Amino acid sequence: MSGQTAIRIEHLGKRFGAGPLVLDDVNLSVAAGEFVCLLGASGCGKSTLLNLIAGLDRPTTGAIDVPAEGAAVMFQESALMPWSTARQNVELALRLRGVPRSARRAEAMELLDTVGLSDAAEKRPHELSGGMRQRVALARALAQDRPVLLMDEPFAALDAITRDLLHEELERVWRRTGRTIVFVTHNVREAARLGQRVVLLSSRPGRVAGEWRIAETSGRRIESPEVAALSIEITEQLRKEIRRNAA
Amino acid sequence: MPHDTDAGRVATQERIETSAVETPEGLDTLPGAHYSTEGADGADGTDSTGGADELRSLAAGLDRLQTDPERAPGAWRRFTTSVLPPIVFVIVLVAAWQLYVVIAQPRPDIVPGPLDVVAAISEGWESGRLQLAVVTSLERGVVGFLIAVVVGTPLGLLLAEVKPLRRAIGPIISGLQVLPSVAWVPAAIIWFGLTDATVYFVVLMGAVPSIVNGLVAGVDQVPPQLRRVGTVLGAGPGRLATLVVLPAALPGYVAGLKQGWAFSWRSLMAAEIIAVGGTIGFGLGSMLDQSRELADLAGVLATILVILAIGILIELVVFAPLERRMLRRRGLLQGGTR
Repeated sequence: MSGQTAIRIEHLGKRFGAGPLVLDDVNLSVAAGEFVCLLGASGCGKSTLLNLIAGLDRPTTGAIDVPAEGAAVMFQESALMPWSTARQNVELALRLRGVPRSARRAEAMELLDTVGLSDAAEKRPHELSGGMRQRVALARALAQDRPVLLMDEPFAALDAITRDLLHEELERVWRRTGRTIVFVTHNVREAARLGQRVVLLSSRPGRVAGEWRIAETSGRRIESPEVAALSIEITEQLRKEIRRNAA
Repeated sequence: MPHDTDAGRVATQERIETSAVETPEGLDTLPGAHYSTEGADGADGTDSTGGADELRSLAAGLDRLQTDPERAPGAWRRFTTSVLPPIVFVIVLVAAWQLYVVIAQPRPDIVPGPLDVVAAISEGWESGRLQLAVVTSLERGVVGFLIAVVVGTPLGLLLAEVKPLRRAIGPIISGLQVLPSVAWVPAAIIWFGLTDATVYFVVLMGAVPSIVNGLVAGVDQVPPQLRRVGTVLGAGPGRLATLVVLPAALPGYVAGLKQGWAFSWRSLMAAEIIAVGGTIGFGLGSMLDQSRELADLAGVLATILVILAIGILIELVVFAPLERRMLRRRGLLQGGTR
């Protein structure tokens, strides 16, 4: 991937009101087209960090540089509009992006085809399974056509087989579209399976506590031995970070 | 299992570099093959076409397993479950009434039988008074209700979205809902005299609070996640309100409209009974009052039945299908009795 920096975070700090520091001196830069997994235990501020990158919240200290076009965000809940069909949900993103009415339908269908859901285009969210809903949400995020895609534990609520499938889909979409992806998760294996780089955040306050770079990323599966080996190593480090909070 | 090396692949050996923290032990010397033994060829590469096809069929299989086929209830089933029971009930009720009249032989001026009431209705129809009253009342009810919608909707949105305004006006609007709007009739007569304005004023005081409250409740129940999504997708406050908040609040809004209509119709009847004469035309309420003055109980009952029937008809023809469609679209209606 190219060496350009898509997201640069410098000395970032965040506290809510007079509460404790949630993020402390976070430094991170993400290259354009890179797939970074942000990993951490509960309460480490990973979602906070993602919201800051998305511009949904403002940092207390420090600076965040993101592309001027902004970032698309995908949440743990698909958060589809329940009154709209899958296609209309994708079209809403296109409409808010300023795509003319005449072009929306075709483009929405194309995006749904990208996530393998062209047959379910006229179905409403309640008629879709959890995995399908998340794929629609992915299509909607892609419809925003922003260079950066932020994902906040998007597969956490899915069963293992579906999650596995969506890992493959996401990887395929990432390779095809060249998006920069920041993927937040608390699942070590998921991080080791998906990321080119895994960034471990410590808890309370959140700091970057470790970083693993994976040189060879194609052909990985959740059950691959190298994923397992990396998971073991990251888990050990994660446990060490969590234990620090016991003292 | 021999695995194919794609042109794009840099190395078959897995290499994991650790920066900043710890040196990995043994991680960079993992065996060459990336994949554990997989059943079929082609299941490995996510970028090869075979892999993509396999992925698709797997996804299709999962999708099929995880979704239920749509089960639309048949027309006959809908007839037997939702149309037939109330009809049967009404028939039984009328039969019991007729039976009582036949057996107990009460004074017809105190307990008229069903046939007397039917006769009163047809008499009203032949003289044209019934049609006149229905048209006058219905027109006023509908116009009054529409004005209430036009007034109540922006007011409700404003109250739902502007917190200080809501703290100030919210309790008063809720209070107005408790106050019977008939209570406004004397004041309205003093202000507007015996004109249509009096009737409309009373209807508005009845319907607007219901519509406002319904909309506010609907907006309160919009999941915050949907607003966040709207913001992330790039909607400003205006488009967030029209494209996300309003459609999301629709169930509460429709419930408010339904109640608003009921209040409009009730207030209208009350106003028509009390305010008779002047330029106020001849509505169902006036007809009711006239029958009372003539001590024509069959006529009174006939008018009551017509008022009731119109209320039910509007509910069945306008609000029930609207509500059912809306709830079904959102998956909030599954095998219900509606």
